[in-house]
Amino acid sequence: MSVSKEDVRRIARLARIAVDDSRLEGLAGELNSILHWVEQLGEVDVEGVEPMTSAVDARLELREDAVTAGDDRDGVLANAPKSEEGFFVVPKVVE
Amino acid sequence: MADLSALTLDAALTGLRNKDFSAKELAESHIATAESANASLGCFLKLTPDHALKAAAESDARLAKGEARPLEGAPLAIKDLFCTEGVETTASSKILEGFKPPYESTVTRRLFGAGAAMVGKTSLDEFAMGSSTETCAYSKTVNPWRANGSNAALTPGGSSGGSASAVAADLCLGATGTDTGGSIRQPAALTGTVGVKGTYGLCSRFGVVAFASSLDHPGPIAKTVKDAALLLGVMAGHDPNDATSLDVEIPDYAAAMGKGVKGLRIGLPKEYVSDGMPEAISDLWKTGADWLKGQGAEIVEVSLPHTKYALPCYYIIAPAEASSNLARYDGMRYGLRVDGEGLVPTYEETRAAGFGPEVQRRVMIGTYVLSAGYYDAYYLRAQKVRRKIADDFAKAFEQCDVLLTPATPSGAFALGEKTDDPVSMYLNDIFTVTANLAGVPAMSVPAGLSADGLPLGLQLIAPPLGEQTLFAAGAALEEAAGFTAKPERWW
Repeated sequence: MSVSKEDVRRIARLARIAVDDSRLEGLAGELNSILHWVEQLGEVDVEGVEPMTSAVDARLELREDAVTAGDDRDGVLANAPKSEEGFFVVPKVVE
Repeated sequence: MADLSALTLDAALTGLRNKDFSAKELAESHIATAESANASLGCFLKLTPDHALKAAAESDARLAKGEARPLEGAPLAIKDLFCTEGVETTASSKILEGFKPPYESTVTRRLFGAGAAMVGKTSLDEFAMGSSTETCAYSKTVNPWRANGSNAALTPGGSSGGSASAVAADLCLGATGTDTGGSIRQPAALTGTVGVKGTYGLCSRFGVVAFASSLDHPGPIAKTVKDAALLLGVMAGHDPNDATSLDVEIPDYAAAMGKGVKGLRIGLPKEYVSDGMPEAISDLWKTGADWLKGQGAEIVEVSLPHTKYALPCYYIIAPAEASSNLARYDGMRYGLRVDGEGLVPTYEETRAAGFGPEVQRRVMIGTYVLSAGYYDAYYLRAQKVRRKIADDFAKAFEQCDVLLTPATPSGAFALGEKTDDPVSMYLNDIFTVTANLAGVPAMSVPAGLSADGLPLGLQLIAPPLGEQTLFAAGAALEEAAGFTAKPERWW
């Protein structure tokens, strides 16, 4: 499988990264060289193998349903690029 | 007074308890050394003398009262991937410029709670994605080591290159690193320092800027195996804030160093032998095996048949997890925002301006392998191959107690040498990445010099929670190697 300029445009859109048309060709080349290299995994017989999602057997503990952090509006907003009157200010989300 | 910066962590802690010098003197000495060296080495993104001196004042008060904590008065460097409360944390990325975390990472909280002081925040590859620290958006990090008769600048490796460089140049007594595919062990090997990552989950990831969550391992970079044991002993421990944190008793790693290797079975994985391996590396590997054999260990050949698939497997799983983790950088709640015409253009412009080329590349690879129609062919297959790699280790550890391998395929390389070809850079991690996929503990120990006078490391890999064996074998290797070389000061 290899990616085309159109694929790169679609991937960049999904990844929410603005990519100028002039960069599409170069990026397609870079991504293809990585994708061709990883395709050697196709040689491995993985029939019946359970996918591994974690290095440790995940056994999630239940914790007490209690508030452990919070009530720190100013701390939460301290790094905001833009805030007003205790709120994050963001571009218009709903038309 | 002798040069306090040249001390090991262990010697400095003893000197403090014996009142040979004060924590204030020790901190001042490291601050001065770090300040003067940083223009040449570029390993600190930010120096934090106020933090270090404040901690030193408390340490002196505690030392006076005989209430010293385990790392009382030790000046350390902190990789700029660890959130430090109120102190700018950037992950070497423009997208986090100016970000001051409102909380402390668990690992740094534990270190500071044990009496350590912070000299500064060290450079890394952007979001820890790289093997040379060259993708850092803010500084050029240089290895204090140079080849014999050359003044060419070499990389310290990466991604924890700033930490490794700072430890090798005596700018701190030890440092934190993180290791996702070799990012502690490779720079340690390239700078003549000791690097350790524990079993997955041993050190909490809480407050560590996430790269690939199932592969990220915090750990120490230190001057000696003993120093690494002292640091890991404080960094490790259960944390309810990290769902993958192991709830296990943390043993005395330094005490385990005295166990020796008599009767230990040392496995040499035959797949780690490659035709292109430089002679200096294969010779050192053989020598390392002989050293351990000389101390009573038994050498056995083992097989890890899926080794060659480890890097390709990693370069699907790590970018996939990264693309998901880095989705949080949207310019809304913290970090950079570049205004576009509407919401989506604002996201896109922010991320295009804030992420460097390697990060963009990996986020796009990750997005692609997780996208509809490709998930099974790439991501699911990689997770199955990962299982086979982990099974290889489980089988190998039926025949041996610890594995011995080279740490890196070469010594330190020149700045710019591998930046044009991503895959050639990725190959740096060929010997280290398997331990991340399997989640097993591993250590890099400086073991010798190449013909041109650059440090080379050997790697030890132990079964899950086999850190004590790791430290026993690491101490034996260190003693036999007698590695005392230091880079000549040119900075």
